[in-house]
Amino acid sequence: MSIRRLAHESIQPRAFSFTADNLFWAEKTIARYPEGRGHSAVIPLLMRAQEQEGWVTKASIKYIADILSMPYIRALEIATFYTQFQLKPVGRKAHVQICGTTPCMLRGAENLKAVCRRRIHSEPLETNMAGTLSWEEVECLGACVNAPMIMIFKDTYEDLTEERLEEIIDAFEEGRESSIPVGPQNGRHSSEPIASVSLRKLL
Amino acid sequence: MLADKNRIFTNLYGFKDKSIKGAIARGCWDNTKAILAKGRDWIIDEIKASGLRGRGGAGFPTGVKWSFMPKKSDGRPHYLVVNADESEPGTCKDREILRHDPHILIEGCVIATFAIGAHTAFIYVRGEFIREREALEAAIDECYESNLLGKKTAYGYACDIVVHHGAGAYVCGEETALLESLEGKKGQPRLKPPFPANIGLYGCPTTVNNVESIAVVPTVLRRGASWFVSMGRPNNFGTKLFMISGHVNTPCTIEEELGITFRELIEKHAGGVRGGWDNLLAVVPGGASCPVVHGKDMENVIMDFDGLKEVRSSFGTGGVIVMDKSTDIIKAIWRLSVFFKHESCGQCTPCREGTGWMMRLLARMVEGRAQKHEIDLLFEVSKQIEGSTICALGDAAAWPVQGLIRNFRIAIEKRIEAYTYAASQQEHCLTEAAE
Repeated sequence: MSIRRLAHESIQPRAFSFTADNLFWAEKTIARYPEGRGHSAVIPLLMRAQEQEGWVTKASIKYIADILSMPYIRALEIATFYTQFQLKPVGRKAHVQICGTTPCMLRGAENLKAVCRRRIHSEPLETNMAGTLSWEEVECLGACVNAPMIMIFKDTYEDLTEERLEEIIDAFEEGRESSIPVGPQNGRHSSEPIASVSLRKLL
Repeated sequence: MLADKNRIFTNLYGFKDKSIKGAIARGCWDNTKAILAKGRDWIIDEIKASGLRGRGGAGFPTGVKWSFMPKKSDGRPHYLVVNADESEPGTCKDREILRHDPHILIEGCVIATFAIGAHTAFIYVRGEFIREREALEAAIDECYESNLLGKKTAYGYACDIVVHHGAGAYVCGEETALLESLEGKKGQPRLKPPFPANIGLYGCPTTVNNVESIAVVPTVLRRGASWFVSMGRPNNFGTKLFMISGHVNTPCTIEEELGITFRELIEKHAGGVRGGWDNLLAVVPGGASCPVVHGKDMENVIMDFDGLKEVRSSFGTGGVIVMDKSTDIIKAIWRLSVFFKHESCGQCTPCREGTGWMMRLLARMVEGRAQKHEIDLLFEVSKQIEGSTICALGDAAAWPVQGLIRNFRIAIEKRIEAYTYAASQQEHCLTEAAE
C-alpha cells in the first residue's frame, strides 16, 4: 500500500465550494444512487472537486463530507486511499502520468521517465519552476497493447517514443495541445494489429 | 482460427459507428423481448449449457453464479454490478468494449438483470477510463431516449443502469472490495461468507460479473448454447478477447477461439515474437498475477483455462505479456512486485508486509546483491502469503515471484555470482593498493 498524506497546511486554501454548475451536477449525481445511499457519490464528488481545483484540498474534503453528511474522517480516508486523487498541486498545463508497469516497461517506459526527469523535474510529483508541468509514474493504466503510454488529465497518448513525448510536452507547455491527436501516436486507430488491413475493414 | 461469422465483438477497434444506430445495424437489441419472454430459468440454463466461464480472471461459470441469486425477493432489491475496474497489467479488453461497443454491454446488462431478478445494474468503471466512461454514458443516454432503459421499456421490463467510477485502486477489481468502494468506502475486501449473492451491495443480493462475461450474453442467447460450445474444448468453450503486449511485432487486442495454440495466436495476430521464436525468453500468459512461464515451454501451449494449468500457470484474463531475450526477467518480475506492493489495500498483514518485503528482496536480486539461500527464503515467504489473506491479491503477488524462481532460478544465481565476483575483485584491488 502507499502512504499518502495531505499537503502541508501552509499551502492549503482556506475554503472550498463547488461552482453553481458543479453543485447542480453533484445533486444529480447523488440522486442516481438509491435513497439514503448518497455516500456512494463520494468518489465522483471528490473527483469533480479535483477537476475544479486541480488537486484535492483539505477544505474540499470537508466540504464534500458535509454535502454527503458523512464524518470528515470517512471522506479523508477515501481521498488518501485512492491514488488518483492528487493531494498537492500538480502542473497547471499538464500533469504527465507515465504508466511504468511491466508491459509498458518492456516497451520503453523507463526512457519516457528519463525524458520527464530531464524536461520537467528530477523528482515525480514536483512541478517545474513555472508550476506549469509535473509528472509521476503510475501503475497500469490499462492500455497494455498500446505501450508505452501516458495520460495527461483526461486523455491518453499511446504507442509513444521519446521524441514524440518531447513534442507532446512542448505542445502542452505552449498551450497548443489541441494540435496533438489523442490515442495512438504511430498511425494506429486503436488496438488493432498495425499491419492488418483486413481487420480494419471488418471491425 | 475464429471465422469472421463467429465474432461476437463486431466493432472491437471502433472503425464502425458506435452509436445506437450502428449497434442495431450490427444486430444488437434485435428482439430482446423474445429472449426475455423465454423466462428467467431458460436464460440461466442456456448460459449454464453454453459453459460460459467468467472472463474476469477466475473463470467461474457465469450461469452457475446467476443461479445463486434468491429465486424470490424477500423484500430487498437485487442488484447486478458489472466490474469494469480493469487494472491488471497486461489486461485491456474491457476498454475496447466500453468505448467502441457499449451497446452489447448494455443489452447484456438488461438480460442479466432480468435473469437475476434485479431492476438496477451498476457499472463500476475504473477511474482512469474517463473517455471510456463518457462513451458508455452516452450510449446509456441513447438507450433511455429509445425506451431501451428506464421504468417503461420496449421489452416490458424495468431496468436502470448507473455508471459509477473508482479512483485508481486495483484492489477494487476484487468483487467485495468493489462493493465497498461502490458504497463510498475504502476498497478493502470483505470476508466471505456471506457471499454477495446473499449480502452484497447495500446488504442486498448482488451478482458481480466482468464486462466481457456480460457483453457476450446476448449473442450466446441469440445464437444458442450449441453454437458457443462448437468453439473451444470441453470446460473451455467459446471465444475470448486476447491482449498481446510486450515484445511482439504488432501488439493488439483480438477475439479468438479458446483453445488456439500460443504459437498460432502470436504468429497470426501479433506478427510473431520480436527477433523470431528463438528470441522468446518468457511469457506471462494471463495478466500480471499469473506465474511467468519459460518461453520454451510455451510454444505449443493451448490458450485456455485448462491448457495453462498444465504449464503451472493460469489463463487469467487472456492478457499475454511476451518477453524476448533482451528482457531482464528479474527486473520485469520485480516491477510486478512493485505494482502489487503499491496496490495492496493494507488490510491483511501477510499481504501488506509481504508484498513490500518481496519487492525489496527482488530489488536486491536485480542487482545481484543477495545470498543464494535468499532465493529459497523468498519462495518460502511467497508461500506464506499465498492463501493467508482475505482476497486473492496476496496470491496474485506471490505467483509471479514463484514462477520466476521455478523457471529462472539459474538467472538469479548467475546474477548473484556476477555481483559477488565483481565485489571480490574490487576488494582484491583495494588490498593490493593498500599493500
